[in-house]
Amino acid sequence: MADRKMAAPQMTLPKKPFGWEKLIVTILMIAGILWSAGETNVDIPMFFANFDQFMKIFDQMMSPDWSYTSYVIAPLIETIKMAVIGTTIGALVAAPYAFLVSRNIIQNRFVTGILRFILNIIRTIPDLLLAALFVAVVGIGPVAGIITLAIFTFGMVGKLFYEAVETIDEGPIEALTASGANKWEIVRYAVIPQVSSYFVSYFLYAFEINVRASTVLGYVGAGGIGVFLQQALGQFRYDRVSIMVLVIFAVVLVIDYVSLKTREVLM
Amino acid sequence: MAEQQVPSTTAAPQEPIIQFDHVSKVYDNGALGLKDINLKIYPGEFVVVIGLSGAGKSTLMRSVNRLHDITSGDIQIGGRSITKAKGKELLEIRRGIGMIFQNFNLVKRASVLRNVLTGRVGYYPTWKMIFGLFSPEDKQRAYESLQRVDLGDKVYARADELSGGQQQRVSIARALTQDPQIILADEPVASLDPQTTRHVMDDLKRINEELGITVLINLHSVDLAKEYGSRIVGIRAGEKVFDGPVATADDATISEIYSGKDTEKEGA
Amino acid sequence: MDATNKKLPPRERKNEWPKYLAWAFVAALIIWAFVGMPAFAIKPNAGQIGGSIMSGIFHPDWAYVYRGDGEDLVSTLLQTIAIAFIGTFISAIVSLPFAFWAANTKHEFWLVTRSGKFLLTAIRTFPEIVLALMFIKAVGPSAFAGVLAVGFHSVGMLAKLFSEAIENLDNGAGESVTSAGGTRMDVTMLATIPQLLPELISNTLYRFELAIRSASILGIVGAGGIGTPLIFAISARAWSRVGIILLGIVIMVTLVDFISGSIRKKLI
Ligand SMILES: Nc1ncnc2c1ncn2[C@@H]1O[C@H](COP(=O)(O)OP(=O)(O)OP(=O)(O)O)[C@@H](O)[C@H]1O
Ligand SMILES: [Mg+2]
Repeated sequence: MADRKMAAPQMTLPKKPFGWEKLIVTILMIAGILWSAGETNVDIPMFFANFDQFMKIFDQMMSPDWSYTSYVIAPLIETIKMAVIGTTIGALVAAPYAFLVSRNIIQNRFVTGILRFILNIIRTIPDLLLAALFVAVVGIGPVAGIITLAIFTFGMVGKLFYEAVETIDEGPIEALTASGANKWEIVRYAVIPQVSSYFVSYFLYAFEINVRASTVLGYVGAGGIGVFLQQALGQFRYDRVSIMVLVIFAVVLVIDYVSLKTREVLM
Repeated sequence: MAEQQVPSTTAAPQEPIIQFDHVSKVYDNGALGLKDINLKIYPGEFVVVIGLSGAGKSTLMRSVNRLHDITSGDIQIGGRSITKAKGKELLEIRRGIGMIFQNFNLVKRASVLRNVLTGRVGYYPTWKMIFGLFSPEDKQRAYESLQRVDLGDKVYARADELSGGQQQRVSIARALTQDPQIILADEPVASLDPQTTRHVMDDLKRINEELGITVLINLHSVDLAKEYGSRIVGIRAGEKVFDGPVATADDATISEIYSGKDTEKEGA
Repeated sequence: MDATNKKLPPRERKNEWPKYLAWAFVAALIIWAFVGMPAFAIKPNAGQIGGSIMSGIFHPDWAYVYRGDGEDLVSTLLQTIAIAFIGTFISAIVSLPFAFWAANTKHEFWLVTRSGKFLLTAIRTFPEIVLALMFIKAVGPSAFAGVLAVGFHSVGMLAKLFSEAIENLDNGAGESVTSAGGTRMDVTMLATIPQLLPELISNTLYRFELAIRSASILGIVGAGGIGTPLIFAISARAWSRVGIILLGIVIMVTLVDFISGSIRKKLI
């Protein structure tokens, strides 16, 4: 039983090794905050001094122009359509691309490396900047928005999807390889069955995000409700801005909910 | 069934260190936890609580330091009612009772020393804890507790770098650092392998024998209970159905304690 | 073997109509969107402009990289990073109380949690651009307006992430502090925060990565950062300027993602 005698505690506590890492990180953090605050002229007292300006706008927003609601329905529908089309195109291109950058499908590191590099670059450019660029190319209108959303979706779904493909169970691939299947057969019978439900889920997830994003794309001329948002903001009609914000909020809530339920059923 | 109120250890003083008087506990959702428990535990005892899953063992342990409030009755620790204690007094009573949990309950990302030091929390005003200001004496004390469980060399390691058995011994050290008169252990070896189990149980036994700390422990293994305990308390469906020295707990008694349907099913 | 003679049994089907319905719904949505869309009108000279942009991207305006006038690429990129950094920092601090409000811990009244979650969703959905314009009204067209917009908008997401971290917190370590006689504040300082902190920092870094993208956009409405010169360059059709700015953004975002990502990996 208690055959070992309890170790008699005698030693004094050794010194703790000094945590250089922590110190350096803390100093860097503080320096970063000070530098950023200086760089951006952060002036919190000024903000509070002018807070009444902010509240004035807020007040106007609190009494929305309800009569404007009927005017925003059409652009809202356009927005949703933009989101659906952009998401569909982007996701459809992303799916095969994801297989091409998955290292368990394509063994050639050079190919996957280059294609991934492209995917990563696409993911770095913010959506509104892309939209501004495409408005310049194809002109004002929803087409610029759709292209933007398609590219944005491509980056997002492509990454999520290839990560899903890379984490599948390798067993079925091995089994099919062993029975003499070629690359296409392997993808068809060992990979796709394992990842198809992910794909639908990511599609819907991207759709949720795109609905949010698409509402502001119009600000730079890329169609949808954002066009009206920009007009109202330009005319300082905050009562109309608030209607649009409310409608967007309602739509986002409904779409998030529907999409969540659909994902639950399909997964 | 044999009921025995006399302490089984030889050098037992007269005053019980833990005393349950008609203690009952019903959970908010209506589940029965404890039913009219009377129990006296004397200083220096090593009492093992056994019973089916859902019988109320954990509830019993957690009532002692009032991690759970009881519904009726009274529990006294060293003659002071913890049931009626408020504010500072409650914290002071708790400080004298160390507790060891099945899943260790360590702050995984903090160092072993930090974890052991939290045992001293009851001795400090809260403002000092806001800044983590532990005295050098207490750090030394924590280190000594660690040496008692053979973990002196791990003092600055992160808790999650240790094995399960080592983590449980850290939590024993944490309880020891509290300088308690009582240690409660709720299934401390349930998630450990047989070898590590032995190590942890040996540590508890030595704490009991060498430091004279009263141990109230709940175990799922009857063999361990018989090997290490001085006294066994059997719980079934919230009621105390056996209480006596290990020697009097024969096979028939044990199967009586473990009889009946698994009470967990109706509770959960 | 006579088993081989049996006919292929009909496929056993669970109730799968919700699945079909969901598929039909997704399909209908896509068809609806494509059918009702007005003709895809594109500027006739789109190809030509696209070509000039491409050539601009491959012949970037290197002279713009650094001019020392505070409006060159390096200066505006640094300003973008600064907006994201301080904005995220402010937002992290503001998020903490919101997170505790919205966190669904057992003791809380559901309405409290729900209202908190609802408010956070509302903040997240409020277009950041509109917010930036409102702040510009208050503090003028400046990077500070951008900081405020990023700081306010991020609360919606950050507080949500924080509240999830709080909900997922294992309160075992807190229980051990309580059992040693600690107060609620002690539990917060010694168990909750040390367990939560790495998670919170990691969430904040993740949000910082997104804030960098926001801060690059807000210049479109005059709230500082790289967005302003980009939008000017686009409307002036200065494609090689556009090219160098895009290159700058890609490098900045990649670098920030990489650094922040490696810190996050180390934290977990
Ligand atoms: N927090 C709680 N809320 C409601 N009911 C509870 C709670 N904790 C325990 N119970 C119920 O009280 C009864 C006794 O539970 P207790 O945890 O004390 O059993 P136990 O003997 O420790 O079981 P085990 O061996 O599984 O740990 C069970 O019916 C259980 O369902
Ligand atoms: Mg239990």
